[in-house]
Amino acid sequence: MIPGAFEYHRPGSVDEVVTLLTKHGDEGRVVAGGHSLIPMMKLRLAVPTHLIDLGSVADLKDIKAAGPTVEIGAMTTQHDLIASDLLAEACPILREVALTIADPQVRYCGTVGGNVANGDPGNDMPAVMQCLGATFVLKGPGGERKVAAREFYEAAYFTARKDDEILTSISIPTPASGHGYAYEKLKRKVGDYAIAAAAVVLTMDGGTCKSAAIALTNVGDTPIFAEAAGQALVGTAIDDGAVAKAVAAAKAVAQPAADMRGPKEYRVHAAGVMTGRAIKRALTRAKR
Amino acid sequence: MSNVAVKMTVNGQVVEAAVEPRVLLIHFLRENLGITGPHIGCETSHCGACTVELDGKSVKSCTVFAAQAEGANITTVEGMANADGTLSALQEGFMQEHGLQCGYCTPGMIMRAHRLLQENSNPSEDEIRMGLSGNLCRCTGYQNIVKAVRYAADKMNGRQEAAE
Repeated sequence: MIPGAFEYHRPGSVDEVVTLLTKHGDEGRVVAGGHSLIPMMKLRLAVPTHLIDLGSVADLKDIKAAGPTVEIGAMTTQHDLIASDLLAEACPILREVALTIADPQVRYCGTVGGNVANGDPGNDMPAVMQCLGATFVLKGPGGERKVAAREFYEAAYFTARKDDEILTSISIPTPASGHGYAYEKLKRKVGDYAIAAAAVVLTMDGGTCKSAAIALTNVGDTPIFAEAAGQALVGTAIDDGAVAKAVAAAKAVAQPAADMRGPKEYRVHAAGVMTGRAIKRALTRAKR
Repeated sequence: MSNVAVKMTVNGQVVEAAVEPRVLLIHFLRENLGITGPHIGCETSHCGACTVELDGKSVKSCTVFAAQAEGANITTVEGMANADGTLSALQEGFMQEHGLQCGYCTPGMIMRAHRLLQENSNPSEDEIRMGLSGNLCRCTGYQNIVKAVRYAADKMNGRQEAAE
């Protein structure tokens, strides 16, 4: 399996990347960790004429978690996310999610920026970023702009990012101290994409749910922010009745295709089960 | 399409070459350098037979372009023996615990286990299994591979204690 021929570029700064993208239009592709793109290139499903390697762009790797936002550079690898004590403290769901992605070797290379920007509905981070209310920072020839994760995904592999833009970082509103969180992913084996997965972040005020956000992975063309499912929990004690309502609301928005991971009905059911489990586990972690 | 110049260190030797950008690191190692320890198994980033150490990370060399390894320090299974030519603790563990049958996955297993033990010198059985979850073996059922890694961990820890 040999990829098609291409010209290789190794720019040293984001500005140089943008210049190359502007010059080459849709014939150019950036490669970060390469563990989605290179397999696609080997299958000739992707045949970029110009490959722009981000490996030497140093300023895309920072993790900052101070004050109201957590900022993660696009070239931060899944391994970096898992290893970051800063993130384990400020936004621990990211470590939980990263540990469900692929396998150790892939996590040394695969980046969070590539995971969210590629637009693959099987990727785990997009739904998690929707759950967290994250914002993606894009840079293009006209400068920088920000797009909410909940507005970013249009269809499988189609996103709000334009051909001449690069995703440089992700900005996450720092979750409230004492929040509960969980990512439940049903998969056939280590390294597989989800049959269905659910991300939950919630906060409690005494015995009452103060806020809740729920999003689903791989049960549609895009990640799905299940707004009504989260709302079904707010104001309740997250008793069995409230969980059942949230699960029903999540299943109502799941739109999976039938594939080798199972028929549509099974995957909708699995999305409900994952949602219920994630809510219950998030609740056990939330400070009351 | 123009070739790119690459320079990297492989098993302690500096190598320089002009390669077509689409040449994958596994092909560069095997075909240009004649380093055939890293194996081509699935070519789809699943099996781990092509695993090599690249700048302190274990990576699947079928999913990295040689051009991306510019400036990198790479170790393959050929570089794993001790300086005096004797087997490293991991290699010895795979032999003593019968951690291989056909041997096809072994170079990848050893390279991945090497990094795992660098990061966690005393892994539990579960940690070994999860740590090697990117490497497939179709012969052993993994039991003896886990034992081989444990053997190496014990031996390396024993040595450290003796040195203290």
